[in-house]
Amino acid sequence: MLDATARYEGGDVAGTQAREEPAVLPCEVRGLCFEAGGDLIIDNVDLTLGSTGITVVMGPNGAGKSILVRLLHGMLEPSAGDISWGGRGLCEETRRRQAMVFQTPVLLRRSVEANIAFALRLHGENGQVRCVRILDEAGLAEKAGQPARLLSGGERQRLAIARALAADPEVLFLDEATASLDPASVQAIEEVVQSARDRSVKIIFITHDIGQARRLADDVVFMHRGRIVERAPAGKFFDNPSSREASDYLAGRIVL
Amino acid sequence: MQDFGQAFSLAFQLLWTADADLMEIIGLSLRVSLTAMAVSCAIALPVGAALGMSRFRGRGAAIILLNALMGLPPVVVGLCVYLMLSRAGPMGELGLLYTPTAMIIAQSILITPIIAALSRQVIEDLHSEYAEQFRSMCVPVHTAVGALLWDARYSLLTVALAGFGRAVAEVGAVIIVGGNIAHLTRVMTTAIALETSKGDLALALALGMVLLLIALAVNAVVMALRMTATRYAYA
Amino acid sequence: MMRSKVLKVGITIAGGLWLAVSGARAEESIIVQSTTSTQNSGLYKHLLPIFRNKTGIKVNVVAVGTGQAIKNARNCDGDVLLVHAKQAEEKFVKDGYGVKRTDLMYNDFIVVGPPSDPARVAGIKDAPAAFRKISDARALFASRGDNSGTHKKEKRLWGASGVDPRSASGKWYRETGSGMGATLNTGVGMGAYVMTDRATWISFRNKGDFRILVEGDDDLFNQYGVILVNPEKCPSVNQAAGQAFIDWLVGEDGQKAIGNYKLGGKQLFFPNANKGQS
Repeated sequence: MLDATARYEGGDVAGTQAREEPAVLPCEVRGLCFEAGGDLIIDNVDLTLGSTGITVVMGPNGAGKSILVRLLHGMLEPSAGDISWGGRGLCEETRRRQAMVFQTPVLLRRSVEANIAFALRLHGENGQVRCVRILDEAGLAEKAGQPARLLSGGERQRLAIARALAADPEVLFLDEATASLDPASVQAIEEVVQSARDRSVKIIFITHDIGQARRLADDVVFMHRGRIVERAPAGKFFDNPSSREASDYLAGRIVL
Repeated sequence: MQDFGQAFSLAFQLLWTADADLMEIIGLSLRVSLTAMAVSCAIALPVGAALGMSRFRGRGAAIILLNALMGLPPVVVGLCVYLMLSRAGPMGELGLLYTPTAMIIAQSILITPIIAALSRQVIEDLHSEYAEQFRSMCVPVHTAVGALLWDARYSLLTVALAGFGRAVAEVGAVIIVGGNIAHLTRVMTTAIALETSKGDLALALALGMVLLLIALAVNAVVMALRMTATRYAYA
Repeated sequence: MMRSKVLKVGITIAGGLWLAVSGARAEESIIVQSTTSTQNSGLYKHLLPIFRNKTGIKVNVVAVGTGQAIKNARNCDGDVLLVHAKQAEEKFVKDGYGVKRTDLMYNDFIVVGPPSDPARVAGIKDAPAAFRKISDARALFASRGDNSGTHKKEKRLWGASGVDPRSASGKWYRETGSGMGATLNTGVGMGAYVMTDRATWISFRNKGDFRILVEGDDDLFNQYGVILVNPEKCPSVNQAAGQAFIDWLVGEDGQKAIGNYKLGGKQLFFPNANKGQS
């Protein structure tokens, strides 16, 4: 627990894994399929996620990005295929070391502070001090006592991310977390995400915003019609995409 | 229609002079119905939460049944409780018939389905909002139940009040199991029934007005509590 | 933190309420299953404090129709039965549910109706004859219809008149299925004749312009009796206190107290415990 706190406080930029538990990463996905209503929404996906950096998941609407991320996070049961994290299946232990932020943040009908405290308690922590520090870092210290649901859109999403990080996860999923936010809020959230990456939290980030993807991505997973069409380091993907779908998408054309 | 004017001044007079009999009757009404409300909440809120959160075979039927039970006729409830508590009944040994406890039991049975059905709806709405987040956070079931009940507490308070309103206003059940005994089991509604049967319509109406005032007062207190709490930043 | 505090307060309040409700019964008390007329007329309010002063026994009255009262007493839900349907009372004793039936007091039944008197029964002394005229005129008649003492009496009078009013049920014969007071309210409301006991009528506050039209027939005699519920059938019966109440009622003091009860200068019940024994 002490170690976890130190990690969150950002002292450990290099990200040497000092944990006692077996590492959650890397993530290995083999032959993953997901079927709903007779449609194959995820179609035989293979994927390996390494232990560092921000992986941006891109693709046109309906490509299956959100479903893939939910499968990875264990919120949906795959129809076929295997997902393993650190050599193990998606057990509760693994899932508790992941966190997810949704496009529309779901905040408890409580104060800002109580939302953080709830997440901390789930992980057996009861630290008032830590709670204050987390809010401070999220720039929400002044709003600690306010009802969370009365915050602005940007503040709400910042709170949701702060809550996700409060549990000190090793993997953070963000599903279009900055869609429909103003530029300042987007920037604030990108900073939080980058600093988490710097503390060696693995980030899996879904976005439609190509500029944002360029700013954040270490590598890119490009999806189309339930398949991974292209997987490449960020530089290569944006400068010289190898698939037709990805180049159409980046050029702003309809992806067929 | 002079009855109304007469009733109005009579109601005022009864309250103004704090008529001892009336105060006793009001006190018993409140004690019986508030206790029934507390008992019902203890049973109905967990049931409502369980139904609101879970998915199982037969859930739809259970909800239909619960909703139908909201319409339980008080007289039928009174009769069933009477048969249970009567000396000749299976629980006659307890000697509870014609006591306030019997009235609490009857009213609890009457309003438990109401509180359960309405809280089921409240919890289900909130749960559909929280569910994905809770799943993501691996929130254990008991924590989730607690969180839902807690975060919905103001809506649930309104639900509890609906139950209280039904309990304090019903006459059919308490008159059977309480017996409308003076200074023992006479509550507002049975007193109203008695005065009506004595043909003293003005007094009956005055008592009805007092009952309405009580309901207003209880609701006002709860509303004030809720607003204070909201000011303390728990929306 | 706030949560646990609220929880504690809630539990304390609930617990307190429970204690307040359940903790307040220690003194000696009995339950009397009674007809409604004795309660609605205020007789008990007059009698019970006198008895309580003397003995310290609290009498709890459950006032329902005679039929219901007898049924409740059969279920052992009372110590004393005080009603007015002699045949049913005697059957109750014969079946072993009552120890002994004693005459207590009497008054009489009357037929009240609107001043327009559509069946022209005013002043008729012969009750069955009056009933026949009501039926001939198809004038509205509101009946208790609840198997109470008054209802039983009314049915017997219909029998004597040779009319079967049930065949006109819902037409001119209206069975309210409720107590005396409720039936009087209904009768006054729709201008129907009603047979009632005199005590309830005198104390009734919603008479409208109704008046007494038929009275004075020997057939309209209304006898009240009192019975101790049999402790052998019902071990829960408080025999000593119940018997004390009955002894007081039929004794000199109780009889005098009954005779002394007046409303608007009129005596409502006439004690006769020592005359018509059975």
